[in-house]
Amino acid sequence: MEWFDAHTLARMQFAFTVSFHIIFPSFSIGLASYLAVLNGLHLFTGKTVYLTLFNYWKKIFAVAFGMGVVSGIVMSYEFGTNWSVFADKVGPVIGPLMGYEVMSAFFLEAGFLGVMLFGRERVGPRLHFFATLMVAAGTAMSAFWILSVNSWMQTPAGFGYNDVGQFIVKDWLEVIFNPSLPYRLVHMVLAAYLTTAFVVAGVGAFHLLKARKLQATDASTALSREATRTMFSMAMWMIAIVIPLQLEAGDQHGLNTFKYQPRKIAAIEGHYETVARAPLILFGIPDSKEQKMNYVVEIPILGSLILTHSVDGVIQGMKQWPRDEQPPMGIVFFAFRGMVGIGMLMLCIGLWSLWLRYKGKLYDTPLMHRASVLMAPAGFVAVLCGWVVTEVGRQPYTVYNLLTTIHSASPVDAAAVGSTLIAFIVIYFTLFGAGVFYILRLMSHAPLQEASDTLSHAPMRAAGFVPPTFRENDSRSKP
Amino acid sequence: MTIDYALIWAGLIAFAVLAYVCLDGFDLGIGILFPFAKDEEQRDHMMNSVAPVWDGNETWLVLGGGGLFAVFPLAYSIIMPALYAPFFIMLLALVFRGVAFEFRWKSHNRKYLWDFAFAGGSTVATFAQGMALGGLVQGIPVSGRAYAGGWWDWLSPFSMLTGVALVIGYSLLGSTWLILKAEGNLQAMAYRIARVAGVLMLIMIGIVSCWSPFLHEHFMQKWFAWPAMLFVAPVPILVLLCAFILFRGLKHQQALAPFMATQCLFVLSYIGLVISFFPYIVPSSVTLWAAAAPENSLKFLLVGACVLIPIILTYTAYSYWVFRGKVGQTSAYHS
Repeated sequence: MEWFDAHTLARMQFAFTVSFHIIFPSFSIGLASYLAVLNGLHLFTGKTVYLTLFNYWKKIFAVAFGMGVVSGIVMSYEFGTNWSVFADKVGPVIGPLMGYEVMSAFFLEAGFLGVMLFGRERVGPRLHFFATLMVAAGTAMSAFWILSVNSWMQTPAGFGYNDVGQFIVKDWLEVIFNPSLPYRLVHMVLAAYLTTAFVVAGVGAFHLLKARKLQATDASTALSREATRTMFSMAMWMIAIVIPLQLEAGDQHGLNTFKYQPRKIAAIEGHYETVARAPLILFGIPDSKEQKMNYVVEIPILGSLILTHSVDGVIQGMKQWPRDEQPPMGIVFFAFRGMVGIGMLMLCIGLWSLWLRYKGKLYDTPLMHRASVLMAPAGFVAVLCGWVVTEVGRQPYTVYNLLTTIHSASPVDAAAVGSTLIAFIVIYFTLFGAGVFYILRLMSHAPLQEASDTLSHAPMRAAGFVPPTFRENDSRSKP
Repeated sequence: MTIDYALIWAGLIAFAVLAYVCLDGFDLGIGILFPFAKDEEQRDHMMNSVAPVWDGNETWLVLGGGGLFAVFPLAYSIIMPALYAPFFIMLLALVFRGVAFEFRWKSHNRKYLWDFAFAGGSTVATFAQGMALGGLVQGIPVSGRAYAGGWWDWLSPFSMLTGVALVIGYSLLGSTWLILKAEGNLQAMAYRIARVAGVLMLIMIGIVSCWSPFLHEHFMQKWFAWPAMLFVAPVPILVLLCAFILFRGLKHQQALAPFMATQCLFVLSYIGLVISFFPYIVPSSVTLWAAAAPENSLKFLLVGACVLIPIILTYTAYSYWVFRGKVGQTSAYHS
């Protein structure tokens, strides 16, 4: 592989920008739903603690969402600038799906985001809840459409060709609900929920640890403690319920991939040879030159059992395909193990939380809280690993088996792609680094304990009468 | 009668881009005017005046780009590589100003950095948009189904001019928006800026209008050949009428008239461009019918557009209604 040709640089640029981008939606999809739940709970129970939590996470959501929006706009133009041949050929199929994403999701999010962030006093609690619901619905619909696009590229269906070589659509339902969409959608949405749950749990745990030495002396501190406990408990319920579902969804997704993209499975499993009664390779070092695995640690027969649900099941090995049609095995192999490893740790946390809850010690087990703090970023790592598996594993194609990555690129100079790549790396790390720093600083204050001095001029203070509780809770509204 | 889906879509994409220019134009303009603010309090008010709506405004840019990808993939795959540098400069500049909306309130003692990011990002993004527009208007060489020019073709005296013109135009939009949303000293400043920007904007409209017909033969024929001239004559006449309303509004300290008159100036300039372009989507190279996606793609997305765009416009209008009135009217002014 030539490192400094335009095609390689364009791939690096896309990988870099999309990896940075996915971090924010995988957090904001889950957080938007969490905010809707909190807002709804406050509306229907009237308990202050839910509004306190809503206002706390709302500020964090605003920062993360903003970064998701601006890094996402870049993506929508990158198809044309760096992958213009792909855009021309595939535009008639996936373009309209992305058009639906913009019209049904992006506008919905953006249109109601302002009301959700700044408009509670202007529209009242009911409409405010509605606006929060719309933002959550927008993030979910966005996930649906963009995953439909991605899934179609992985498992194309319902298409034909026209005489200028473009893909054209024969059946829209087959395109949208292509064979891998249901699995990818469920797997990704659950991943987003888990990612958010671990962040919320980590923040809750951090403040539980900090508050251990303090006595609640006044009402505000007591409410802050209640809020901290509530967020930790809600997150732990979420984890305990979702992680088993996610393991099942991941297994089903794997079976779907086994059926449609056996090369990706060969890379995931680390098989160069086609074998029946295949072992499950836990660890190894793939050698793509010699086409074999070194230093293998394996469990006999389990590989076939998992993928074919039969002891004698055959798993195709990578050697089956010519080398120029093979995805790189090493990256896929290790990224997959990273993802599954984190999934197992998540399962441990989920089970542990159930046990502690049963024992009544969920809020009094510092070891659990420290583990939760450590696990707070685990979801992001797992999501990135998972996307690396699926995107590197489908190489060397953009549209699986039909359009190669190298034949998708724009006729652009390496210098142009290289300089924009460097600009992206420098700017993304600087700006989004600052963003992550601000988010961490927001998280470092417990609910109701924020430093209010810096936020006194924040956007859109209330126009009229502000109930005292809102003043106290919402540092955006200036007293 | 057969329905010309490509033409309908050309109209819709044109509408999306126009909506983008009219809406994001004023919040980019607020960023461009940021350095003119006297103190932090004024900058706070300026940013607050667009904070709840900028995100929705910028979504029209995604619809413009995404829509082009969906329904005119050939045009998308030619225009994007041709205008590679201005588009990337615009996108990165938009990142700077986009994050500034949130980061500025979170920073303890580095707020000035985000002021700078907001002002610089807005100005650079606008200038790059203007240059991209100029680069497109002057024409893009095409061979087969791909861009066939060099990497600096977009850079020309004409595109530099359109870049500057757009910065001036968005400043005018921003200042008239501020007239609408601000009070006191800030509003007085906005009136002063609007008068200067208004004069400069008219000069720019004049230069660009006189220059662009010489770029393409078919531009010239539309604007200066008899009797076609008769049909396009209302555009410059209406421009003069809007200019009159703008300056009268500024003189009589009206709040809404200057903003609406500026929006009308943008709409008219845009109509002028559309008249020049038609029936090309890449001037002199690709017509909108040649660039259009297969008909069933156009039809499929059109169904959604017919249902969703009216809904989008409704809740966008609602959001503007919620945040109507002067910004920060309950907070005390220290001036």
